[in-house]
Amino acid sequence: MNSETALEVRELVKHFKQVKAVNGLSFDVKTGTCFGLLGPNGAGKSTTIEMCEGLLTPTSGSIRYRGEPLGPRYRERVGIQFQSTALQDHLTVIENLRFFSALYPVRRSLDELIALCRLEDFLDRDSRKLSGGQRQRLLLAIALVNDPELLFLDEPTTGLDPQARRNFWDLVRDIKAAGRTIVLTTHYMEEAYLLCDEIVIVDAGQIIARGVPSQLLAEHFNDSVLEVPAAEAPKLAGSMLAGTPKGDTLEIQTPDVNAAVAALLAAGVSLAQLRIRPRTLEDLFIELTGRGLRE
Amino acid sequence: MKASLRRIAAAAWARSLEFVRDRSSLGWNLVFPILMVIGLAFVFSGPGQPLFKVAVIAPAEAKLDASLHPFLDTPQVQFYREDSRDAALPKVQRHRIDLLIDFTATPPAYWVNEQSPKGALLERLIAGSGGAALQREVTTGKSIRYVDWVAPGVLGMNMMFACLFGIGYVIVRYRKNGYLKRLNATPLRAFEFLLAQLLSRLALILVVNVLVFGACRLLLGLRMEGSYLDLLIVVTLGAFSMIAMGLVVSARLASEELAGGILNVISTPMMVVCGVFFSMDGAPRALQIAADFFPLTHLLNAARSIMLDGTGLAQLGYPLGMMALMSAVFLGLGAALFKWRQD
Repeated sequence: MNSETALEVRELVKHFKQVKAVNGLSFDVKTGTCFGLLGPNGAGKSTTIEMCEGLLTPTSGSIRYRGEPLGPRYRERVGIQFQSTALQDHLTVIENLRFFSALYPVRRSLDELIALCRLEDFLDRDSRKLSGGQRQRLLLAIALVNDPELLFLDEPTTGLDPQARRNFWDLVRDIKAAGRTIVLTTHYMEEAYLLCDEIVIVDAGQIIARGVPSQLLAEHFNDSVLEVPAAEAPKLAGSMLAGTPKGDTLEIQTPDVNAAVAALLAAGVSLAQLRIRPRTLEDLFIELTGRGLRE
Repeated sequence: MKASLRRIAAAAWARSLEFVRDRSSLGWNLVFPILMVIGLAFVFSGPGQPLFKVAVIAPAEAKLDASLHPFLDTPQVQFYREDSRDAALPKVQRHRIDLLIDFTATPPAYWVNEQSPKGALLERLIAGSGGAALQREVTTGKSIRYVDWVAPGVLGMNMMFACLFGIGYVIVRYRKNGYLKRLNATPLRAFEFLLAQLLSRLALILVVNVLVFGACRLLLGLRMEGSYLDLLIVVTLGAFSMIAMGLVVSARLASEELAGGILNVISTPMMVVCGVFFSMDGAPRALQIAADFFPLTHLLNAARSIMLDGTGLAQLGYPLGMMALMSAVFLGLGAALFKWRQD
């Protein structure tokens, strides 16, 4: 372990009766980075993050924070934003902040927190009457009341509209810029790509890929994707290009975009609706975890 | 220690705000018991209460039937055995029972409360029963209206519901919607959380009941012979023990329906056997023993002693001790069984 490691997870196992939810995970989270934990539903992400948060006891394996096992004071030093959290009814935003703040020995100034999470406009509103984005910002502020060194965000933008999601990403970037360590789980690959310095993809309780997002893509893919309307598929019959139909579009993977475009032209395919895109984390995720129905 | 107190105070304050701002529920808590006491006073002030209750003191070998006296053959009257005149006579004075007959007295005699219409009716039945003449004795205690007797019962019952359901439903709801899981991720400890809920509930119940008691006393001129401070102490301990009982029920459940069912299973027998509406004198022994296991019984006995007889705390060692014991047992059990999250 080196001194820059915030969280060190080794051979983590969690069994629930007959189910092996987590089956031997090991990874390090470096101080000051954003670490992404990705995986399909039921892969063991939530179980893993809850063990890292100190809320679930592992069946076996170890979790160390700054080289020490998670002790009773760990809860005072980390911040957690759950996937979905109910708050007490009839309390305003500022009352919720004051309440959670009072539970910690070390507290961040509420004024700072309000400015950071942009809560000024609805401080006196009943927390049940907030929009999705406002609510997530309040929950983030609650996770930050103790000025934590390590912050867990469990699917923080699920259900938010695109604008609210982008606002939330800006907040996360600010927190990271202030030197905090973040562990993030998400279903949105774009989110992981934009925010995370390092990711692991888990499936069936095990890590199936890990690394820096851009490097992972480079390792797994040396090609790009050309998308043309599916109706054009018959024209490709005689050409060297083969594609995979995906709904109304046909995806053609190719390492040589120029040659592929030339081949499309030669086959008489209309380029009016052609889209060329690099491989994304979503492609990698689907390739690694399969496309079976598993929600 | 200081940090712990701060956490308890913060959690109790947050919960109290939630309760006080829930206007509909608060209004219900205030208005319902007053309406209930007034309604009962009205219903029972008129004629038409069907059952007569008569205490009988007789030699141990004698059966309480016509062989003792033909009056005892009256089917509309419930006869039950008492051992001593000293214990039974105050019950006649306070209208808890309608008449007392002592066959061990020389000559055999009956005691009647002249303010009791039911007692007057029973006297005529004795005269017309054709048995040996019984000497007529009149008790001289102050009469107690039914409303004076039933009001503590109704207020106590209402307090029991507020204690059990108030704490039970709230904690189960917090567990079901994940709020407890969120709190578990903070330094707040289970015992601190439970104590905060208990104290918040206790304070609110005391405030509400002081207001309700004041209103009932103004509207109905409730009798109050003893010390208000003694009554407050008794009520505080009683409410504490019943809230602690609610903590045990809510320690693990995550379904409001199931919690509601279990709370009903507990509160219904308490309503019946703890002497809310009718005195348990003459009830089967088993029921009286069962009643001893419920905190409401002791709360009502102690509160009525203070309000109706002016008894001081020093004479109420048994009910106070039982309530303290139950508080400790329930609180310990509730904390030991408590789970933050549903399985």
